[in-house]
Formats: sequence, C-alpha cells, structure tokens
Amino acid sequence: MTLQSADNQPSTHEEVAVSMQNVTISYGNAAAVRDVFCDIPSGKVTALIGPSGCGKSTILRSINRMNDLIEGCTLKGRVLFDGVDLYAPTVDPVEVRRRIGMVFQQPNPFPKSIYENVAFGARINGYTGNMDELVERSLRQAAVWDECKDKLKESGYSLSGGQQQRLCIARTIAIQPEVILMDEPCSALDPISTLKIEETMHELKKSFTIVIVTHNMQQAVRVSDETAFFNAETVENRSGKVGYLVEFNDTQSIFNSPQEQATQDYVSGRFG
Amino acid sequence: MNSNNPSLITRNEQLNYKPNIKRNLGNRLMTGLAALFSIVAVLPLVLVLGYILLKGASKISISLFTELPPPPGLEGGGIGNAIVGTLVVTFIAALFAIPIGVGGGIYLAEYSRSDWFAQFIRFGTNVLSGVPSIIAGVFVYGTLVTTRLLFGNAYSAVAGGLALSILMIPTVIKTTDEGLKLVPNDLRRGALGVGASRFITITRITLPAAFTPIATGVVLSIARAAGETAPLIFTALFSPYWADLLSVDGWFSSIATLSVLIYNFSIMPLEVQNELAWAASFVLVALILALNLSARWLGRVASR
Amino acid sequence: MSSNLDDQYRLRKRPQSEKLVDSGFKSLAVGLASVVALVLFAILIVVFQGGLPSMLRYGWEFLITSDWNPVDDEYGAGAAIYGTLVTSILSLFIAIPLGVGTAIFITENIIPKKIRNFIGLMVELLAAVPSVVLGLWAIFVMEPFIRPGLEMLYTYFGWFPLFSSPPMGPGTLPAVLILVVMILPIITAITRDSLQQVPKRLTQAAYGIGTTRWGAIINVTLPAAISGIVGGVMLALGRAMGETMAVTMIIGNSNNFSFSLLAPGNTISAMLANQFGEADGSQVSSLMYAAFVLMIMTLAVNILAQLLVKRLSLKY
Repeated sequence: MTLQSADNQPSTHEEVAVSMQNVTISYGNAAAVRDVFCDIPSGKVTALIGPSGCGKSTILRSINRMNDLIEGCTLKGRVLFDGVDLYAPTVDPVEVRRRIGMVFQQPNPFPKSIYENVAFGARINGYTGNMDELVERSLRQAAVWDECKDKLKESGYSLSGGQQQRLCIARTIAIQPEVILMDEPCSALDPISTLKIEETMHELKKSFTIVIVTHNMQQAVRVSDETAFFNAETVENRSGKVGYLVEFNDTQSIFNSPQEQATQDYVSGRFG
Repeated sequence: MNSNNPSLITRNEQLNYKPNIKRNLGNRLMTGLAALFSIVAVLPLVLVLGYILLKGASKISISLFTELPPPPGLEGGGIGNAIVGTLVVTFIAALFAIPIGVGGGIYLAEYSRSDWFAQFIRFGTNVLSGVPSIIAGVFVYGTLVTTRLLFGNAYSAVAGGLALSILMIPTVIKTTDEGLKLVPNDLRRGALGVGASRFITITRITLPAAFTPIATGVVLSIARAAGETAPLIFTALFSPYWADLLSVDGWFSSIATLSVLIYNFSIMPLEVQNELAWAASFVLVALILALNLSARWLGRVASR
Repeated sequence: MSSNLDDQYRLRKRPQSEKLVDSGFKSLAVGLASVVALVLFAILIVVFQGGLPSMLRYGWEFLITSDWNPVDDEYGAGAAIYGTLVTSILSLFIAIPLGVGTAIFITENIIPKKIRNFIGLMVELLAAVPSVVLGLWAIFVMEPFIRPGLEMLYTYFGWFPLFSSPPMGPGTLPAVLILVVMILPIITAITRDSLQQVPKRLTQAAYGIGTTRWGAIINVTLPAAISGIVGGVMLALGRAMGETMAVTMIIGNSNNFSFSLLAPGNTISAMLANQFGEADGSQVSSLMYAAFVLMIMTLAVNILAQLLVKRLSLKY
C-alpha cells in the first residue's frame, strides 16, 4: 500500500486537465483498481498502459462517468475536471460527457447517414452554427473527409472498419469537447488504419486533451507525451485482481529509464 | 488384384450400410414416425383452411360487407357491422396496449436494474401473459360493465377493447424488451459518449434501431387480439345494428365483432346464420393471416 | 475560447427543461411498467372479491360437489374442475409426442430445408387461427367426421368407465382433440427453438463416436434442450386449462358429472363463457369463485414452469 504520490506526478508543471485523487473503483464489493493519484496534463496525449485486468479502461471510463452505466460500479476518491469534482452529487453526467467525449474500442457509428452521425452530437448540444461546415471540418480533422465526402448521405456502415472509427472520432470532435477519451481505439483495426488514426491523433492534440488506453506499447511510444503504467496484483482471499498505478511520467522516461522494476519488466516485454 | 485381398473384402463388408440391423431399423422407424407426426400436425391447418375457403369464399359478395345480419328466419344479409366492430375494438385495444407495452418494455430494457421492482415486473409480465383470456373478460365485466363505470354504460366497445388490451400488453412488453436488447450496447455508449441524455439515446438511437422487431411483435399481437372472442362475449357483447361511430355514444355501447358473431351464429340451429358464421370465419382468418404474413415479410425485408 | 464555444453550443449547459424531459420520460416508463403489476393485482382482487360470498358459503365443498342449479341456487364446480383437468392433461399427452416429433423433424436435416421451413410456417399459422373458428370447424366438420369412431369406442370398450356412454355429438373427447390442435403449435414452436439452441458441437461429438441420428437426438440433443421443452409443455398446459371458445362450442356444457369421455362435459372457462352474460346474484359469485380457482390453477402452472426452466437449464 505504499504509493508515493509525489513521485508519480510528471515533473513538468503544466495546466492539469483531469486530476485523480485517491480514486478506488469497485464492481460490487470487489475493487477493480485502487488508490490512484495522477494529474493528466492539458493539451497533450496521455497513454494508459498495463497488462489485462489492471483497470486502465475502468479508470478511463471514470473520467466521463461512463461507469455509471455499469450496475454496481462505485467510485471512492475524487476525479477533478478543471477543479470540479465530477462525482459531486450536483454534477449531471450528461453535461460531463458533453465536455469529455469518448471513442470506443469497437467502431460504433449510429445506424444513420455519415452526415447525421457527425451532426447528431452537435445537434443535441444545441449547435447554432453552420452544420455543413461543422461536419466537413470534423471529418477533415479526423482525416476521413476525402474518403466519404462523396457519400455523406450513405449509411455509416458503408465505410470500412478503420473509416468507421475515424467517423466516430469526427462525431466526438463535432461536439467540441475539451478532453477526448479513447479506449483502445485501434485494437479492432488493421495496421494501416491504425497508422492513420495515430496520425490523426497528432493533429488532434493541437486542439484537445487526449487520454488513450492502449495494449500496444509501440503505439504508446508513437502517440503519447505522458504515460501511466498500471499493474495488477492478486489479492488474498479473493479471486480476480486489483489494479493500481505504478508509475506516471513522460513517455520517454517510462520507456527508457523507468523508476520501478515492474515498469522496467513490462516495457521490456518480460510480462504482460 | 485388390479384390483378391481377403482383408479388404471384410473391410468393405464392415463399412457397407446394413439396412437390417437393429440400429438402422430403429433409426428409420423413428424417422418415419417423426414424419408421420409432422403430417398430423399440419393436417388440421390444411383441413381448417380448406373448409373455410370452401364454405366461406362462396359466400363472399358485396352485400356481405355492406349489410346487417338478417333477423332469425329471414334470408340474405351480411356481416358489415361485425367487420367494422372488429376493427374498432382492435383499434381501441391497440390504442391502450401499444403505449403501455412499449413504455413498459423501454423500462425493462433501458432503465431497469436487477432490483426487486424490475424482477417483479418481469415476473408479472410472464404471469399476465398466462392469464386465460376469459379471465380478462371476467375482470372487465366485474370492474366496468356491472359498475357502469364508463359514463353509465354497461356493455361497450371500449370495455371490449380494454379487455383485449390486457391480453396484448404482455406480448408488446416482451417484444419491445427483446427488440431493444438486440440493439448493441456500443450504440448506447456511443450516444451517451457524445453527451446525449437517456431520453435522446432511447428516442433517437435505440428505438429506431429496434423498430423492426418491435413492429413485427406489435402486428402479431394485434392479429391475435383481432381473433379473440372470450374477453368480448360479456364486455362488448353483440349488436345487430351498425355502430354509430360518429357519436361518443357509439363507442360506449355494445358492438358486434366477427368473433362473437361466429360464436353466436354457430350455435344457432339456423342454416342462414351458420352460413354467415362460415363467411365471417373466412373474413376473420383472411384478415389475421394477412397481418401475420405481413409481419413476417416486414421482418424479412428489414433484416436484409 | 471556452465561453465562445458555449455560445455556439448553447445547450452544452443543459437547460432545466431538458432535464425535466429526461427524468419525466423515465418516470413515464416506470409508470407504464407498473400498469402490469396494477392490472395483475386488480384482476386477482376483483375476481377474489366477486367470489368471496360463494367461498364463504360453500368453502372447499364447492370444489368437489357438482350440483350446479341456478333454480335452487345450489352451486358446486366439481364437474367443471374435473373437466378442466381431464381435457387439458389428456390433450397434453396427445400433443407432446406430436409436437416434439414435428419439432425434431423440422430441425433435423432429413428433408430439404424449404419443405421444413414450410411445415414450420404452417404450424405457426395454425397458432394464428382464432379459437372460435376452430370451434366452428369442430362443430360442423370434425365432430361428424369422428362420430363413427367414437361409436365404435362405445360399442367395443363401453365396459371401460372412460367410454361408458353413447356419443351424442358434443362431448369431452372432441374437446380434447380440438385442444390438441390448439396447443400443438406452442409445443412445436418452443421445442424447435430449444433444439436449435443446442450447440452444434454437442451433436457433432455424438456423431464422432459413432452414434446414429436418433442415438444423437435421444441421448444428446433432447437432454440438452429439455428445459425449454418442459417450459413449452407447461405453457401449453396453462393455455389448455384456460382455453375457452373452441371448448365451449364442442364440449356440450353439461353440469352433470360423468367419467365418460364420450359424454358432454364442462370446463371452468366454458362455464364462464356460457353463463356469465345471463347470471345474477349468487350465480355470479359462484362463477367468480370458479374463475378464481381457474386463475390459481393457471398461475400455479405458469410459476412452476418458470421454476422448472430455471432448475433444468443444463450447463453446456
């Protein structure tokens, strides 16, 4: 239970987008991830890595309260967004998600046209500007405009898997969130689509704070500025594991000179 | 050369199909039995449909649809009022059952968690779908007809429609629940992830995505309600006249329906009435089978 | 920049009205779902209350005596309860082999798929034919057709209590046969669904060790599907008990108790359909009592079905 919260912070002092303070998330009575402290910097790409079952997706989903949808999921501690506790009783999860958007593991376009897919989010957010312009800008930012500019009226399912995922990114961009969460966005895609999405992310971080969960360490190196390494440990008297944050630093340090042995073992491929 | 090899001959014999050993005889016997059972199962439908076609279709004429049933002893006449009545009563039933059923199904699929209330509603839906249809009639008779609760009227089209809706509600709830459960959770998360509220997620994303299975189920439940008799015989009763649908009174007085007409006329010892019962069966079965087949067609077209 | 954005997305800050719509919609759904519970309780209460005077007057006697005499104001539902049980159980025994056999025939790869689908469709359409139409058919077509057979039963097996009266047209046995036609589609459809859900690898394993088709069906497929089949059978039993119109039209509606299946009989639902419209006073109350008994019977069967399905679900 010795967790040196001070050591876990990135050394540089920047604006903090999301701050997790002693966060423990449980499903029913079983903790999935415990005692997480970390400050996710604004305007950068932060990667969450670690072996299966270490709770990195759970942590990610807690940032825009998607865990609310899972029955029996509870959170202790505080998740601060711009200094506001997201889990305060007065906070409306829908408002949170309008500012912290999410891209999921499986591409999940709505069964609507490509245009409507992008416009849907903006419309329910009461967007007053020029919708055509917004759709084009979002699709361009997600680097999928060229592939679908001639078939905006066609179903979102007419696109390939990688294009669908970029459409989902465009859909999230269109609501102009401050933070974009990505939950293993490339795990269902082929290498070429993966590369395209990674290129897209380099563009996106100019305007958004990005938090990405990934299984792929090379991807973390390629896209992220900061990396948080989570590990899982078995708990006595219980089946299943509980995750915890091992180390959080800039990506270079994590991969080249990690301070913890576990991180060293993981990034050099010795387990996980 | 090979044929001279003695071991190969026995191997051939080993592997040849031997029709007369016990195992293969038993197998064929069981297959034959199953085929026979299938024929017996299909036979009633063929016979029933055949007779209805034979006895009913010959009675089809314009007057059948436009005239009232004749008084006992007279010839001619039609079943026009009963056709209108069946449409009216089924419409009333759908008017109550669809909103309640779809709403309840939305609750079960989208809002319910595994708490006692949801469990109880699920259980209650199953129990209600097992309640005999005649009990729905007894219930409405006891609450609405004897008490004259509906603006002082006893037997009425609305009472009959309410009795039918009790039978429809569980079916509509179940199809809505199951239809919505087929919508992948990814879509819900996608909508919530761009900041949609539950209301918008359901009305704009999940309900449209589940429209086909829900519509199919609703059409099938309407078809079933249109043929029900037991809940109507002492709620909607019967009427030898046209329903006056332009006045409120028409909706709150007894009304003829095809199914009750078939029942009443089949047990009368009068040739003309018996013939009309067959003609009404033809119309009713045609209506119900058309609804059934269109529901299937709807499901198949949309799944393509 | 942030304030500029909030201008463009003017609903980003959700107005109170939107939140009201959201929570209002949820309350509406909960309310509509509660209607089910309300209706169910209301039915139970109304029927129980209606039957209460008779319950107090006759008590359990009502269930076993079979005088039903509106003139003398004496009521007992013994004959109707016996008729309900006999018709539903007998029809179930006939329909189970037919339904399960048909289901196997149309799920196994014995004949071309097109014919199998066609048989399946026919059986499902049979379920859609209204009960009252089947009753009409039973009166005018089926009963005259089987009468000679019933007479033979009486001539040769008249010594046996179940066939100890001459057939007179409407009777218990014709009602049983029409019930078979009505519950057959339920058993077939549910058995077919359960058989189709049995994983292919199970049957393949059986074929792999050299069983015949029926060896695999009897030893592997049917046991794996048993919970669904039992559920379907119980559902069919509930339906048979409550089935009203066709039975009313063909059973003869006699309140005299008779063991013979060839004699006219009665069921609770037939009695209700026949007498409710013209009943008053203590007759209504007695009918309500009988309706309550019917409800409890079907309720018990349905709950048992749900429990059995849970108990019997095999893990594979």
